[in-house]
Amino acid sequence: MKVKLFKALAFAMVSASVFGIVSTSALAEKSGGIMKFYHRGTPPSGSIHEEATSSTVVPYMSVFNNLVMFDQAKPVNSAETIVPDLAKSWAWGGDKTKVTFSLRKGVKFHDGKPFTAKDVVCTWNLILGKSKAKLRKNPRKSWYKNLASVEANGDYEVTFNLKRRQPAFLMLLASGYSPVYPCHVPPKKMRTKPIGTGPFKFVSLKQNEHVKFTKNKNYWKKGRPLLDGHEWTIIKSRSTRVLGFIAGKFDMSFAGDISIPIYKDLIKQAPHAICEKHATNVSTNLIVNQFKPPFDNAKIRKAMVLTIDRASFNKILGHGEFIMSGAMLPPPHGVWGMPPEVLKTVAGYNPDVAANRAEAQKLMKSLGYGPDNRLKVKVATRNIAIYRDPAVLLIDHLKEIFIDAELDTVETSNWHAKVARKDYQVGLNLTGIGVDDPDAMFYENYACGSQRNYTGYCKEEMMALFEKQSMMDNGPERMKLVYEIDKKLQEDAARPIIANNVRYNCFQPYVKNFKTQTNSLYNGWRFEDIYLDK
Amino acid sequence: MYSYLIQRFLLMFLTLLGMSIIIFVLLRLVPGNIVDIMFDSAGFVDPAEKATIEKELGLDLPIYQQYYHWIAGLVSFDLGYSFVSEMPAIDEIGPRIPITAKLAGLSLFFSILFGLPLGVISAVKQNTALDYILRVFSLSGLSLPSFWLALLILMACVSYTGSIPIYTEAPETLWDELLLYLLPSAAVGFRASALIMRLTRSSMLEVMRQDYIRTAMSKGASDNAINYKHALRNAVLPVTTIIGIEAAFLIGGLIITETVFNIPGVAHFLVEAILMRDYPIVQSLVMFIAIIVVVINFLTDLAYAALDPRIKYSD
Repeated sequence: MKVKLFKALAFAMVSASVFGIVSTSALAEKSGGIMKFYHRGTPPSGSIHEEATSSTVVPYMSVFNNLVMFDQAKPVNSAETIVPDLAKSWAWGGDKTKVTFSLRKGVKFHDGKPFTAKDVVCTWNLILGKSKAKLRKNPRKSWYKNLASVEANGDYEVTFNLKRRQPAFLMLLASGYSPVYPCHVPPKKMRTKPIGTGPFKFVSLKQNEHVKFTKNKNYWKKGRPLLDGHEWTIIKSRSTRVLGFIAGKFDMSFAGDISIPIYKDLIKQAPHAICEKHATNVSTNLIVNQFKPPFDNAKIRKAMVLTIDRASFNKILGHGEFIMSGAMLPPPHGVWGMPPEVLKTVAGYNPDVAANRAEAQKLMKSLGYGPDNRLKVKVATRNIAIYRDPAVLLIDHLKEIFIDAELDTVETSNWHAKVARKDYQVGLNLTGIGVDDPDAMFYENYACGSQRNYTGYCKEEMMALFEKQSMMDNGPERMKLVYEIDKKLQEDAARPIIANNVRYNCFQPYVKNFKTQTNSLYNGWRFEDIYLDK
Repeated sequence: MYSYLIQRFLLMFLTLLGMSIIIFVLLRLVPGNIVDIMFDSAGFVDPAEKATIEKELGLDLPIYQQYYHWIAGLVSFDLGYSFVSEMPAIDEIGPRIPITAKLAGLSLFFSILFGLPLGVISAVKQNTALDYILRVFSLSGLSLPSFWLALLILMACVSYTGSIPIYTEAPETLWDELLLYLLPSAAVGFRASALIMRLTRSSMLEVMRQDYIRTAMSKGASDNAINYKHALRNAVLPVTTIIGIEAAFLIGGLIITETVFNIPGVAHFLVEAILMRDYPIVQSLVMFIAIIVVVINFLTDLAYAALDPRIKYSD
């Protein structure tokens, strides 16, 4: 009896405290107000499926809903943080070769048309190139190579049929890059006047001026969004926008815009600002064109990997805050990256730089290079500081192995076209990834035939390993295999990672309910829970 | 006079025709394909998708046909569509022109307001402490890059007033507008005022050594009458030329100032359009600027006759 009474009392206390916390926080939430952001440049379009840049996905993510999404209150995206969105629930079938989503009823697009399973089918048929309407650009085709078809089972159920088992498929659907488009709106209109089911409606975009969004009063999630809207002033000059934030013109900085040195200056001038340090899952990496001699020789690529002094990159450019990693971002920021004890066994990651370079010089000498026969190359990079600065350091490191490199700065808007054409010898690039999962990373950047595989790295045995890990359930075995793959990729100089970048996200203290996500720049911008406690 | 005007108009037409060809060809000679640039935000270039977009934008047509379509459009005031925003080019350019025009006008007003009288004072008070101070002031105006001056102004505003005078929303009243454009136009006008001041000073000094000035002095004319009626009227001719040139070249200074003060004018927009190879926007805007320059030159030439009765435009 005493035990029962104690249990009942304990239950009552816990319930009361939980209820108390919940109701206090609910009461504390305030509706209204327009949140002001600055934006670093005009978004190329409003069509998330056609772009691979935070310039689009960050402001526009709130126009849409996904089937599932990453919990906006959790900083690390993982399979465990996936929550329902337009799908109420989902069920795997056929040994994880198909996944069926049960969809919400009563959801409407911003133009009043109802959302049904047909819209889901249309969206993924658009990406697969199966529909009559075509996307102008289709950057995430490689994500859905394993997707055979999408079928509607009535109006409120949809099944994704996969060619083979892929347990991590949900991760791709949870990304900010996977919104559901309306069937009845053509792709061209989605670029200029996007329509979704999300918490905010698109109002207007004026080049070099602003992007504005207003509250969707008919949003299916009751009581959301809390803001009346969000507006983005486009400011190209970084000094101006940071000064604008300091002066209180803006409530939040643009995603990933505050670098470490700028943060140090900003916080002195605006000590009240809340700045969250976060990994961006954007890495600085070396790209070597494997089609251009002498770089078709694996030995020379390995020597280049060995000469990189990552600690000096970190000290000079990252003020010691960059994250040392392979392709995948390590915990606590990410999920799949090699832990330090594994990382230091990878060629080039040994902290003994002198020993690494001695080995690299030996390799170069075996190819006939030396102090009297130096290799002359050009290091191409995008003409912006975050690319140029590490490229200059890289040139210095290459000198140590008898490579005299000259910096070849490429006008920023021509950069991807140049590397995609393989019109370079050696380059320095930055790579961001939409989802912190090996499926996204490996298939997008290292798989044979991928449009974003700039180095042309293509190995059958690696493709088999990509496939193998993709078919595995999450767990220690997949993790172990991912480490193994990542190690091989680094040692093959497929796209050696120099460092994983760290930035700050700053906002004013009255901005509440916002959590910066640490392993992706692209998934945490739904804004439906944010409020301004002014 | 009439035949002079007809000649000038004909010359203006030929100049603009030549300009249109140069703009059109140069834009296509600049490395970087518009479709490649559009693909940059997707991080790759797909040859098949690229070909489709080129066709959609009419870039698969021979260059002379593209030129013909553009000129035919210009004549009928159809500037085409922006490749980037997919909006009519006229809708993109139109609202920005008044913004830059106001900024340019205010900058020019500032530069004349300060440059001309200070140049006269500097000449009249030659080799005095005031002259030295004004010369140092003008030298700093010529030496300070406008982007740096603009940034200093912003930093000072944030540090001392806690606010920042940048454009985030369209001003609602004339007063708001004046407040918004005051500092940017001062930043741009500072260099031009320094130039005008130095030229006015040297021109005044030259004129003041002329016999007719001495005659006026000996006749007992007041200092003001000598300086402003006799000397300045003659000294102002070369200054007018410089004002005309500065007005035309103001757009260069405005590019930076519009960027730093985040003013959505046409100058900053032009640079963005060039970087994006947004041909319809760049072509139309450069033609617009060319028309402005040609018209300003024409008006400057006409102003000579008004300012100096000795100048006559004959057949």
